[in-house]
Amino acid sequence: MRPDLEIIQQWIEPESRVLDLGCGNGTLLNYLKSTKQVRGIGLEIDEENIQCCIQNGVNVIEQNLDEGLSNFQSGSFETVLLAQTLQALSNPDKLIDEMLRIGERGIVTFPNFGNWKSRLYLATKGRMPVSKFMPHQWYDTPNIHFCTVKDFDALCKTKNIHVLTRTVVDSQHQGSWAVKSWPNFLGEIAIYHITKG
Amino acid sequence: MTITLPEDSVGIVEPQQLHFDEPLSLRSGKVLPAYDIVFETYGELNTKKSNAILICHALSGDHHAAGYHNGDTKKPGWWDSCIGAGKAIDTNLFFVVCMNNLGGCGGSTGPASKDPETGKYFGPDFPVVTVRDWVKSQVMLMDRLEIPKWAAVVGGSLGGMQALRWAISYPERIAHAICIAAAPKLSAQNIAFNEVARQSITSDPDFHQGYYLEHGTYPKQGLTLARMVGHITYLSDSAMRAKFGKTVSDFETEKTNFGRDLRSGKLSFGFDVDFQVESYLHYQGERFSENFDANTYLLMTKALDYFDPSVDFEGDLSKAFLNSDCKFMLVSFTTDWRFPPERSRELVNDLLKAGREVTYLEVEADQGHDAFLLPIPRYISAFRSYLCRVHKEICQDAP
Repeated sequence: MRPDLEIIQQWIEPESRVLDLGCGNGTLLNYLKSTKQVRGIGLEIDEENIQCCIQNGVNVIEQNLDEGLSNFQSGSFETVLLAQTLQALSNPDKLIDEMLRIGERGIVTFPNFGNWKSRLYLATKGRMPVSKFMPHQWYDTPNIHFCTVKDFDALCKTKNIHVLTRTVVDSQHQGSWAVKSWPNFLGEIAIYHITKG
Repeated sequence: MTITLPEDSVGIVEPQQLHFDEPLSLRSGKVLPAYDIVFETYGELNTKKSNAILICHALSGDHHAAGYHNGDTKKPGWWDSCIGAGKAIDTNLFFVVCMNNLGGCGGSTGPASKDPETGKYFGPDFPVVTVRDWVKSQVMLMDRLEIPKWAAVVGGSLGGMQALRWAISYPERIAHAICIAAAPKLSAQNIAFNEVARQSITSDPDFHQGYYLEHGTYPKQGLTLARMVGHITYLSDSAMRAKFGKTVSDFETEKTNFGRDLRSGKLSFGFDVDFQVESYLHYQGERFSENFDANTYLLMTKALDYFDPSVDFEGDLSKAFLNSDCKFMLVSFTTDWRFPPERSRELVNDLLKAGREVTYLEVEADQGHDAFLLPIPRYISAFRSYLCRVHKEICQDAP
């Protein structure tokens, strides 16, 4: 399992209801279903991913996150997940509001653009960073809203969102003391467990 | 001469018939004192009787969903593309049941049957039956077959509506509802098309207020017209352009042709058939009129018009699903304008509101409403995978 998902799963209560926004091939929901008897629903727009979800026995709904989540009732899930999808949304701030309307808690993970590698790339080459982790050119990237750990902290403050846990890990998904000390500089993936303030 | 049937076909099948003496109270308040049900089955029921799937047919369908009837090895059942060994509804895994609905003309009691009390054809006196009544009669058949619970109830269009009714009325007897190209209820536009179809039948001079069998005739023209109108609503503009726009010349491509292929190469400057599409509709309408009962067509369209499970729940369909216990799979097709994707999304939203587990797919397809009957790869693989999941969840340990 992808290491950020490994961290996330610890925060999910057994038998709870989980909505996974951009659930990919359903790996996490499938895991949560079999290990924690979670009642999960995933939203996805990629055809291949949807097919994988069905094969994995995961409930999946073909729905575009950019068209909103008004069809979901307030408080109808314990946890709403948004893993590695934030940066691809048209209105990430509005979606986070929606997550915390629908779920008691939210989990958001995103690539930290404030990482030293991105900074170095931009500083030395003067061009938008392209790496194994973020392989797209600026004009064809699905990632249209990059942010840093500091940016996300600021957004949470503005929105009065309470951060239950913030975990920042490097590419090996290790949360060493160094990463903990300089998260916005050393962290590559940020993982937030949030709730309404 | 031996005829070889496709390997994945369920082969030669024979309809079965059961008689029911238990009166069936209908939603209209009327009672059907006794009735026959004609049905077919494919595959084997396992010893735990947990692998049964009910197929519900739509407006013009019947019990012959798959395989071939003896003597007619050209035309397979109406959903043969989906039912068979290794197909979406895999007869190696499931025991599949499909019945002709009451009021139909495939052998189950309907307007073209004789009323045992009078010895005359029921004709227009056959009571109006609704989706709810059909499902009630499907329960009767299920009990007779000693099936405790369906692994899935599956249907497209009007068939999908029956699957929904199962989920609402008999939550303990259905594990999965698979509802394809359906809607929570018909819109004014849907009803309008049905009314044109009904009017073309009832205004045919051979209709005789529905007693045409007594008169030794039948409203062929009316039924043909009704089917022509219906058929247009099953196709999409793009499907028709593709189907009737094959002529390519120096100045015309398939794209610029707009589906305007001529039937005989030139315009007639009269009022006869000029275009291929006209000739196709005439052919489809006529062929249909020869094999279908006009009173049944009227009944089926009424069952569609009347379908609205929210009526018992202050108009809130989500409340109807509160007691449901099954899981749902819904599929819609992008060019279906009879029951477009928005209608399926309404259903999805009501199911979510009721806290139900749903899988929903919006399949890109050019074929309009008809798509649900066609082997569209994405639709078929999702359908097959979902049923594999059903089998895994319900029947895996069962021998």
